[in-house]
Amino acid sequence: MTIASTTELICFLVLSTTLVLGSLGVVLLPNIVYSAFLLGGVFLSVAGLYLLLNASFVAAAQVLVYVGAVNVLILFAIMLVNKKETLAAIPGLALRRLLSAAVCLGLFGLLLRVAFTTNWALPGPLPVGEEATVRIGEHLFSDYLLPFELASVLLLMAMIGAIVLARRDVFSSDVITGEPVDQGLIEKARTPLLLEQRALEKTP
Amino acid sequence: MLTFAVVTPGLDLQSSFLELLEGLGLSQGLAQLLWLPLPMLTVLVAAVVGVLVNVWLERKISAAVQQRIGPEYAGALGVLQPMADGLKLLFKEDIIPAKADGLLFTLGPVLVLVPVILSWLVVPFGQNLLISNVGVGVFLWIALSSIQPIGLLMSGYSSNNKYSLLGGLRAAAQSISYEIPLALSVLAIVMMSNSLSTVDIVNQQTGAGILSWNIWRQPVGFLIFWICALAECERLPFDLPEAEEELVAGYQTEYSGMKFALFYLGSYINLVLSALLVSVLYLGGWSFPIPVEWLAHLIGQSVEAPLVQVITGSLGIVMTVLKAYLLVFFAILLRWTVPRVRIDQLLDLGWKFLLPVALVNLLITAALKLAFPAAFGG
Repeated sequence: MTIASTTELICFLVLSTTLVLGSLGVVLLPNIVYSAFLLGGVFLSVAGLYLLLNASFVAAAQVLVYVGAVNVLILFAIMLVNKKETLAAIPGLALRRLLSAAVCLGLFGLLLRVAFTTNWALPGPLPVGEEATVRIGEHLFSDYLLPFELASVLLLMAMIGAIVLARRDVFSSDVITGEPVDQGLIEKARTPLLLEQRALEKTP
Repeated sequence: MLTFAVVTPGLDLQSSFLELLEGLGLSQGLAQLLWLPLPMLTVLVAAVVGVLVNVWLERKISAAVQQRIGPEYAGALGVLQPMADGLKLLFKEDIIPAKADGLLFTLGPVLVLVPVILSWLVVPFGQNLLISNVGVGVFLWIALSSIQPIGLLMSGYSSNNKYSLLGGLRAAAQSISYEIPLALSVLAIVMMSNSLSTVDIVNQQTGAGILSWNIWRQPVGFLIFWICALAECERLPFDLPEAEEELVAGYQTEYSGMKFALFYLGSYINLVLSALLVSVLYLGGWSFPIPVEWLAHLIGQSVEAPLVQVITGSLGIVMTVLKAYLLVFFAILLRWTVPRVRIDQLLDLGWKFLLPVALVNLLITAALKLAFPAAFGG
């Protein structure tokens, strides 16, 4: 066994362990902040696995998109609305947990069966290495052009939707409830607080 | 996984080192193993020394701007002051606040520092003088720098302090908003040099000396990149996450001792790294304002001659560092000159001004590349 292959094996074992334990933590931990941080760790170890498979561009893209954008946004959302409130107990929690565990185990069994019955070609196709970036670019602009463009249209729709939802002040009535929106709350007066207080003190 | 220093004609320390060890009777694998930590340690030491120089410069320049003298007793001109600062932080008590989340509190600063140090992987000081000429080059740096906000959010949240939380949220918002124009301006450069690798980007700027540097072809991109890099480093016009007057010290409020030192180190390493990358992307990296080949030709020496190679190699390192520290000087001068922006101004600048300008810059670069392939890397 050479040094390179030993290192690769150790890296693979460490990455897979963090991946599996991390994902279990994401699902099972009661504290949502821990789950979100662990999700970042899971994404990072997936990027590490890509790196082990000689797909450095995909690994970097994974880190940029999933860790840098998706996970940060999730954390952001959690921290902006992190209210301490006691949730009402759900009836039949134990039964629900049992059922979801059964469904998950079933899916896991199905995947295991696929993994063991498929005739994997070993060794797989030769990695293209550094040339992969060029290859991905060519594919995105030829045979994968339509999916690529459709994905960007989807993102555009999500963006416009987010802007419409965030800018409630353009509507006279609430989008969801239909009640008239109190515009006064959104367009606040710009007089500083202290000035107002002083004016009140002067006019007894 | 990592390929160390591709074999090209010219100075190649790796192959010389391996040949030396194999000549001493060591096996090839063992020689390789002995070589592996050397470039990493060198770069790590260079990064830390860079930070010490940076801290000293900051103190001296800020003193000069405010007509003070600055540190002067620790060593000649106070050069040992940063060491004293570092030692002080090392000996301070390491405090974890009682109601804080100890695990995340400890992990936060580490997550801030590690990606910054990892990014030094792609900074070239010469044709073969970098840890790894990875094909994804600058993209790796952009990807790694996007991990940092998680560390900031983590330390902001775990401190259990409202100033820390606000600082962490601001830091994350800021680095998300400025990452996009930053990446777009890098993309324009990548389009011109047809490669993401930092070595290829520098090689594309050699040929006519100072005239072939990217700054002349990408003046707008240069400005956008520099503004965004300052925002990513949280330097003063954009240092809202740690704005003293509003947030005490932002996400660093509860930190002391070595954990605080990690934040401190991280921000300064990031500044030096950004300056180095500006010099690589826009100022010709290790290339001398006058092409070295011409100079060698002028004194009648071959570029391949060993002595000339050593001289050009050292000149390359000096040039890279010189350009980077010139930019650091500007950053420090900016810090002590301009006032801080408000958070809404910061986000307005990022999303409503820099982002459209960067997009237009990218489109114009693409158009120019199609129109003048000779000048814009066809």
